[in-house]
Amino acid sequence: MTGWIFAGSLVLALVAVYRPFGDYLHRVVTGTRHNVVERGVYRVVGVEPGTEQSWGVYARSVLAFSAVSILFLFLFLRLQDKLWLSLGVDPVNPHVAWNTAVSFVSNTNWQAYAGESALGHLVQMDGLAVQNFVSAAVGIAVAVALVRGFAAKKTATLGNFWVDLTRITVRVLLPVCVLATLVFMVAGVVQNLSGGTDVTTLTGATQHITGGPVASQEAIKLLGTNGGGFYNANSAHPFENPTTWTNWLQMFLILLIPFSLPRLFGRMVGQNRQGYAVVAVMAVLALASVALTVAFEVHGAGTVPQAAGAAMEGKETRFGVTGSAVYAAVTTLTSTGAVNSFHDSYTSFGGMMPLVNMMLGEVAPGGTGSGLYGLLILAIITVFVAGLMVGRTPEYLGKKIGAREMKLASSYFLITPALVLTGTAAAFATGNNGTALNVGPHGLSEVLYAFTSAANNNGSAFAGITVNTLWWDTALGLAMLLGRFLPMVLVLALAGSLARQKVTPESEGTLPTHQPLFVGLVVGVTVVLVALTFLPALALGPIAEGLS
Amino acid sequence: MRLPAWLGQHLAALRALLVLTVLLGFAYPLAFVALGRVPGLADNAAGSLVTAGSSLIGQSFTDADGNPVPRYFQSRPSAAGDGYDPTSTGASNLGPESVVDTLSADPEEAAPSLLSQVCARSLAIGELEGVDGSRPYCTPDGVGAVLAVFHRDGLTGPVTRAVSVNQTGTPFLPTYQGVPVEPAQPGQDYRAQGGVITPIRGTAPSHPVIPPDAVTASGSGLDPHISPAYANLQAPRVARERGLPLDRVHELIAEHTAGRALGFLGDPTVNVLQLNSALDGKS
Repeated sequence: MTGWIFAGSLVLALVAVYRPFGDYLHRVVTGTRHNVVERGVYRVVGVEPGTEQSWGVYARSVLAFSAVSILFLFLFLRLQDKLWLSLGVDPVNPHVAWNTAVSFVSNTNWQAYAGESALGHLVQMDGLAVQNFVSAAVGIAVAVALVRGFAAKKTATLGNFWVDLTRITVRVLLPVCVLATLVFMVAGVVQNLSGGTDVTTLTGATQHITGGPVASQEAIKLLGTNGGGFYNANSAHPFENPTTWTNWLQMFLILLIPFSLPRLFGRMVGQNRQGYAVVAVMAVLALASVALTVAFEVHGAGTVPQAAGAAMEGKETRFGVTGSAVYAAVTTLTSTGAVNSFHDSYTSFGGMMPLVNMMLGEVAPGGTGSGLYGLLILAIITVFVAGLMVGRTPEYLGKKIGAREMKLASSYFLITPALVLTGTAAAFATGNNGTALNVGPHGLSEVLYAFTSAANNNGSAFAGITVNTLWWDTALGLAMLLGRFLPMVLVLALAGSLARQKVTPESEGTLPTHQPLFVGLVVGVTVVLVALTFLPALALGPIAEGLS
Repeated sequence: MRLPAWLGQHLAALRALLVLTVLLGFAYPLAFVALGRVPGLADNAAGSLVTAGSSLIGQSFTDADGNPVPRYFQSRPSAAGDGYDPTSTGASNLGPESVVDTLSADPEEAAPSLLSQVCARSLAIGELEGVDGSRPYCTPDGVGAVLAVFHRDGLTGPVTRAVSVNQTGTPFLPTYQGVPVEPAQPGQDYRAQGGVITPIRGTAPSHPVIPPDAVTASGSGLDPHISPAYANLQAPRVARERGLPLDRVHELIAEHTAGRALGFLGDPTVNVLQLNSALDGKS
């Protein structure tokens, strides 16, 4: 019962901020007045804020920024022992450094290292946390570029990447993080540069209480749907998520931007109802997923949960089963991957839900930006399917969905399943599945989860599997890299193609895309596409485990 | 000299990254580190340190050999290092069907399944508190009650052989479907040999006396809390060891119990370190 009130209060809060925060996002990306910080950044970068970029230039800017970021972060991790605040740790080995650099730049935040033992404070604060900000801003920028493509009338340009990156960071991410950091500090999240304090416990043992600039990193970890914890235990750690109400706040921060972006979409295409339709699709999928996850975990099927009396392995007392299960759903419905409980020990079907959420393509509501563009791709596919049924050229928001658009949209959809399924198959073919902790179907689930999480840029894990080997770091690094940037290039190409079109006026045969029928169609297409693609793999893993 | 476009773009990217690092990597976090020195926030920012640790971080109340110190309330099991080690946080990550132990004479190679860990903890707590430690799917000697069942035709047909996979001594069941149950031999993989892994429910109540949080490890390995049910279970022992009236111990438990925040957030909890510190008069 408290679980439903808990989920309901989150829904109410998100409903309350949808319009004001979505309108604010809209003003940020359409505004033409730049404040002093922004002008300073433009001057350093050497960009004229008024200049517009074609889709190709926009895409090359995204890729250049990300490539430089990966190289910078890689070197940072390799040289961390020589820098200030290194706390005496060793340099990160080359394959873990590659994996981590790609992981944070691609907004995945898969962690092949344990924060408290492998990293100094400087690399966390100035390497990882900075990427938490900018990778989120890159995602939003690409989504905004796609929306500009829909809104444009016969133009060749999509805005300016450097301006979008700067304004989203300075006006959206930073101010919300400032507030959230303060609240987290009041709740007890640590914020210091200490290497830790040795204390004597009541029974006379020594315990090393760790330090670190955690609160400031925690805020953006959630707001940017990044998910990389300062500590290995992530949001289960009392220094990251000390209370039940910070647990609520964490989920709110995760969902804030992804659930508000449809408002920006509606505003920019000049029809708020289109935004409502998109957010309705997200909400239907999200509510169904949260309800199922909570139901499976509370029911607590399976030998060990039955023996224990509840599915409490890997869960904190303060969050309980419900507060953990809702978090697990929220973190995988978005591209966050922060965890406040360990999914590997979930019931078979409860643990399948995070996998399914990611397999949905993380569109309900998805990551910052990536959720919106992922869902718009699915909307385009739906319009096309509906068009086939009635034999008309499909249109979405006055733009014709022709052969070029469909090729781009279908390629987008195929990238992650290809990465997930070939990656999983490759792990088994090369014997690298042997690093899984669990045996039988659960061992397969661990491998499948790893590639699903990497290719969808989530970052959560069935964490029993050992992934800091050369093969795993390389393979998952590639999955994260390709799973992030191939779709982005396709989205920008699509945006360019849409922007060049003139707007076709609505006619009697146009499928209305703001009504419940369309919402239902998109939900249906999403579920069917995912089920057809992944059901065989799920049947060998969690379903086999749950039914045995 | 004019730079090629691609090089110019990457240099612009580098400049953007550096200027944003100054803003987001230095100015923003360091401002809050400074704010963390302000009285009122300083205690929190430093880690909520109290006399004997941190009020947010759980600890073990065991002696040097790892045995519970009976005058203290005990924390949950922990998978962080050797238990409650903040430099090695994390969970067991064992799945819901982790039921077959790896048996070995060498303790380095032996690996109990999650089920056997739960059963062993329940048995030990039962003995410590003087209550019934039995649980579903657990043997009386505290391992997972699991058989490898061999059928004549693979998965079907009459049972030809049954092995209690987690026991090397006397099996918990004398016979299974008319076939005598054998003890397991270390080093054998009965699943690979074609045995169907079959957990046996037994007759233990489905809501055992010892609550779930007492027999499961948390996600962080640093859980500072236990459930009020587990605290109440431990109260008679702590009262006896300390020569305190039971009512007084229950009062202290109530003082250190936090209900659901706002009435609906999370589960009720008892902070173990604070409770034990109060018992020691160090709060």
